[in-house]
Amino acid sequence: MVGTGNSISVEDVAFNYPGGASVFTGIMLAVEEGSVYSLLGPNGTGKSTLLKCMAGLISPSHGRVLLDGRDIAGMQPHEIARRVGFVPQTQASPFPFLVRDIVLMGRASHLGLFAIPSTEDEDIAADALDRVGISHLADRPCTGISGGEWQLALIARAIAQRPGVLLLDEPTSHLDLGNQMRVLDVIRRLAGDGITIVFATHFPDHALLTSNRVAILKDQRILAMGRPEDVIREETMRRVYGTDVRILHLGDPFNRRICVPVAGRVKP
Amino acid sequence: MRQKPTDARSACDDGGGAPVTETALPLQAQSRGWGEQHPGTIQVLLLAALGAVTFAALMVGRYMVPPETVAAVILGSVLPIDATWSSTTACAVTVVRIPRIIAGLLVGAGLAVSGASFQGMFRNPLVSSQILGVAAGAGFGAAIGILLFDSLIVVQILSFVFGLLAVGMAYGLSRVRSTTPILMLVLSGIVVASLFSALTSMVKYVADPMNKMPAIVFWLLGSLNHVSTPDLMVLGPIIAISIGGLLAVRWRINVLTMGDEEARALGVNTEHLKLIIILLSTVITAAAVCMSGIIGWIGLVIPHMGRMLVGPDNRYLLPVSVLLGGAFLIAVDTVARTAAPAEIPIGILTAVIGAPLFAVLLRRNNPGW
Repeated sequence: MVGTGNSISVEDVAFNYPGGASVFTGIMLAVEEGSVYSLLGPNGTGKSTLLKCMAGLISPSHGRVLLDGRDIAGMQPHEIARRVGFVPQTQASPFPFLVRDIVLMGRASHLGLFAIPSTEDEDIAADALDRVGISHLADRPCTGISGGEWQLALIARAIAQRPGVLLLDEPTSHLDLGNQMRVLDVIRRLAGDGITIVFATHFPDHALLTSNRVAILKDQRILAMGRPEDVIREETMRRVYGTDVRILHLGDPFNRRICVPVAGRVKP
Repeated sequence: MRQKPTDARSACDDGGGAPVTETALPLQAQSRGWGEQHPGTIQVLLLAALGAVTFAALMVGRYMVPPETVAAVILGSVLPIDATWSSTTACAVTVVRIPRIIAGLLVGAGLAVSGASFQGMFRNPLVSSQILGVAAGAGFGAAIGILLFDSLIVVQILSFVFGLLAVGMAYGLSRVRSTTPILMLVLSGIVVASLFSALTSMVKYVADPMNKMPAIVFWLLGSLNHVSTPDLMVLGPIIAISIGGLLAVRWRINVLTMGDEEARALGVNTEHLKLIIILLSTVITAAAVCMSGIIGWIGLVIPHMGRMLVGPDNRYLLPVSVLLGGAFLIAVDTVARTAAPAEIPIGILTAVIGAPLFAVLLRRNNPGW
């Protein structure tokens, strides 16, 4: 169902604030088609900034972002938005739009300046709601739903763009445990449908649960990248977050690694 | 304060999905009203209301015209009907009242629709189209025109030009690295508006208190009294086309309410769209001020009333604001010219009638924005 435009790469990207302070330099990422890539790193290392560069919302001070080999710097906002969906960190709408109308906004890049969405667009929005499993919220005002439901609505809005690449900025940050798993489940399902996914997260465990590639941003550069089981190690996590963690293996039937902090066990 | 439960709530929840706990809902996010589910019907009803108000405005005045005569006069201008009415009657309806009603319709509709567009663009239901200083600038232009020249046309041109100039200044002032952040726009608008109101005060201070000063004050309070047919020929199409332009981009305004960055992520060229909205709203407001002086309140309150009727979706809110704004100003103008022996400035009346009406609606509906 997804056409071209599913691989995204970042070549030697640097970003400086207008004052000159550097956020990161020399970032190289190659996200293959259909993979789930997670970005880890402490607060303030520029995970959101990097995602915004990849979405074309801000221009890197140096380097390029390539969509299927094409530099996004030369693309119009609607051209990028048809290929790249961006799910921002939770921010409420000032007006009580219905959830279905929020999701319908995902069609903007496919519509002209003077266009009103057609019934076909409404169908695509309804389909997007269905894919993230919140069809029952369609007629609810967006100011009256929970944080987890809002996050899913924003993902549905990005799906309605029909993108090949989906970028999510800390999609699980403000959610309770159940909603975190619901969002990760949706991410896994979308990846199964062939959408390339990059998401920033504060939870190493979420990277272990969903992704096939991980990059860790620390001190303005990429500290480590690769397969989750190679990158998310006790020693690395201690260096990145300054706290002790244990990587354990859950046996049958889960058969997966988990990363748990062990507060109070930090050596003097 | 608690809202009455409505049966619309159960109608919302029939999607067949997981049950949703009522307690998770903040009080403000109440269920959709009937109007929100039937925006088309609301628009038809408002159109009928606008027709009724217009017809009433044609009848009522210092010189009362019975309804059948109004209908006959209007039909008589297009059909060959024998005139059974006096030429005074015909003159009152066609020459005096019709231009004034058309002006009221255009000004009311224009101010309301530009206010609604600005509220979406600024993501704030407390702004009106005057936030960027257009009314302050246009008022100053008119004041200086009245002070220095004696010609109505010069006053109108100066008013229009200074209205555009003020917004141009605010827009230029708010540019940061080829973007116009909303906060910068608001602050620049406040700066420019204060500057022009101070200049207007200065003009009033030096104006001859016997004749110039009252003329300036009356202008600033607003009136449809001096609208002429030539005014309408020039300014009418300008306002009508600009209203059409805003209506054309009304769904995009929905996307803009998500904020600049999100709108851009959704593929909207936000700088482009904001410039279009600012330009069209400014032209409408400047043209309205130069036709009828400064009429406040409509651009702020009519969109709120519209939202109570059809909800926040600009696809319906903008057309509803057009109808509601037009009907409201025609009605208020009818009061302005009939309630007292001398005409009451309409800017006073829009607030005196609008404020209590709005207060009542606000208390009863407890809207969710």
